[in-house]
Amino acid sequence: MTAALPAVDRPARRRSVAAGGLTRVSGLGLGVAMIWFSLLVLVPLVAVVVTAVEGGWSTFATQLTTEQTRAAVLLTVLTALGVTLVNVVMGTLIAWVLVRDDFFGKRVLEVMIDIPFALPTIVAGLVLLSLYGPESPLGVDIANERPAVFLAFLFVTLPFIVRTVQPVLAELDREVEEAAASLGASRFTTFRRVTLPSITPAIAAGAALSFARGVSEYGSLVLLSGNLPMKTEVASVRMLSSIENDNLPGATAVATVLLFVSLVVIVAFDLLQRRLVRRG
Amino acid sequence: MTTRPWSRARALAAIAVAGLMVLSACGGDDDSGDGGAGGDTTLSIVGFAVPEAANTAIAEEWAKTPEGEGVRFETSYGASGDQSRAVENGQPADYVHFSVTSDVTRLVDAGLVADTWDDGENKGVVSTSVVVFAVRPGNPLGIEDWDDLTQDGVEIVTPNPASSGAARWNALAAWGQVIEAGGSEEEAEQYVNDLYANAVSLPNSGRDATQAFTSGTGDVFLTYENEAILARQNGEDFEYIVPETTLLIENPGAVLEDADPKAESWLEFVLGEEGQRQFALKGFRPLGDPNGESIDVEVEGANDPAEPFPAVTNLLTVAEDFGSWSDLSDTFFDEESGIVTAAIAASGNAE
Repeated sequence: MTAALPAVDRPARRRSVAAGGLTRVSGLGLGVAMIWFSLLVLVPLVAVVVTAVEGGWSTFATQLTTEQTRAAVLLTVLTALGVTLVNVVMGTLIAWVLVRDDFFGKRVLEVMIDIPFALPTIVAGLVLLSLYGPESPLGVDIANERPAVFLAFLFVTLPFIVRTVQPVLAELDREVEEAAASLGASRFTTFRRVTLPSITPAIAAGAALSFARGVSEYGSLVLLSGNLPMKTEVASVRMLSSIENDNLPGATAVATVLLFVSLVVIVAFDLLQRRLVRRG
Repeated sequence: MTTRPWSRARALAAIAVAGLMVLSACGGDDDSGDGGAGGDTTLSIVGFAVPEAANTAIAEEWAKTPEGEGVRFETSYGASGDQSRAVENGQPADYVHFSVTSDVTRLVDAGLVADTWDDGENKGVVSTSVVVFAVRPGNPLGIEDWDDLTQDGVEIVTPNPASSGAARWNALAAWGQVIEAGGSEEEAEQYVNDLYANAVSLPNSGRDATQAFTSGTGDVFLTYENEAILARQNGEDFEYIVPETTLLIENPGAVLEDADPKAESWLEFVLGEEGQRQFALKGFRPLGDPNGESIDVEVEGANDPAEPFPAVTNLLTVAEDFGSWSDLSDTFFDEESGIVTAAIAASGNAE
């Protein structure tokens, strides 16, 4: 759903600017949107940050100087980044296959892509544990090792880039590519100079979603990762430990750090995307 | 052109109204569970995950008595600490049943439970069990006692005492048995360090830990006797060992201050013979009788169903060996200075 947003909001913005200010209707729309957004996102986020700040600077300092917490935050952020990079390649590839190729079972694959969204994460965790745990029928046992975290992140973030790139790719004018080809561009050049710039914003949007989801993931990995300190413990588990000790400021301090890192990364994705598009 | 904005405005208004209705419907939920006036009463039970099966069985028995007839239940089960915090933050409850005392004292501090809640003969405890070792069928590593757990190469699964209050019983048992055997506090600390250094998985709750162990992780699963029995009742294939020295797990229960009057008679029934018999059937040891001498039940899933609760030679208790929960929480589980917290952090650097 989120995927459609960037495409939809652009023409709308242009129209209201052209009209020179807000009409009553778009004013109402904006009001509803802001109230909705505030209730669901802004207020909870501010509450998190306020709780963290109330704990004072020392809470941040304590949390961040704890080796175990630092390791957990690093593992979470780096794994989420790595997973996002893999998704950028694999997600785009899957979207490409779904849009450009016709093959038996395409419809099934199309539906299956969304399963990681639909599956409760704890069920996903159970499935991953039975498939890639000590009793793996595939002979792959990565339980309680770092790849377990990577795999769980991969599983839950797979649909994001596929679903953001797919509609953009489907709307793309094939004639432009054909024109490029007829002018002598190789397939790769056509992809790099013509197709890729058009889908880069969609890839970036999907990458941001994928990263954000990875950073916050908990349910699907707890069973497989084993929560081993310094090794497989992720930030959400550290927060849970603080909450269990009634240390809400401590938990929100870690959350605030993650929020900040996510913000930086998402802004970075956007800047990178703009640069790539400009260069064409 | 002239009519379109209006229809769009109406659509937006409809969406806004629908949104408000959803919001108010969510808010309305909070009122349920207050219990209806007159004939039928609804009691809200909020508890940790483990005693759900037992509580359901007890409720069925209670419904057969004059007091319990026609009483309906609304139940909510989950991680002990989460449940306690939910009640603290307004989740309606008449009766709470938690894993550790500190989850009830949180409600006492919030003014929701009278501070006399543990003055009774049972000291606020409603269900008891002991810490045991679950092992693979046939006990291939020959695990018998605590010392066997810290041998090189023994892989241990136990819930994470940092994030799961219930898992703290296991950590305390590990510490207490060293002291009981005449060891010093340094030796006890060393033992706890060694134990967690052997941990291959530290799931966030007892249930997750059971899942990890039954899915093949680890050699030994440090758990509660009732959890082991329940898993075996559900067809899981493993054995468990009751060590010579272990800790009595005492799960507290309490009626809230402004609870329905029926809640008191429910608690009485839970503490009574029939209530404890139902607990025993699900693997809990009877209250005030840890060796199960007063009760004659066949417990499916126990190592020996006819003699389900083997006597423990040295049974440690929190009151006698650790003082109180508030003291031991600071000493062992404090986020910065707790002994067990440190042992878990150190386990990451072991090997």
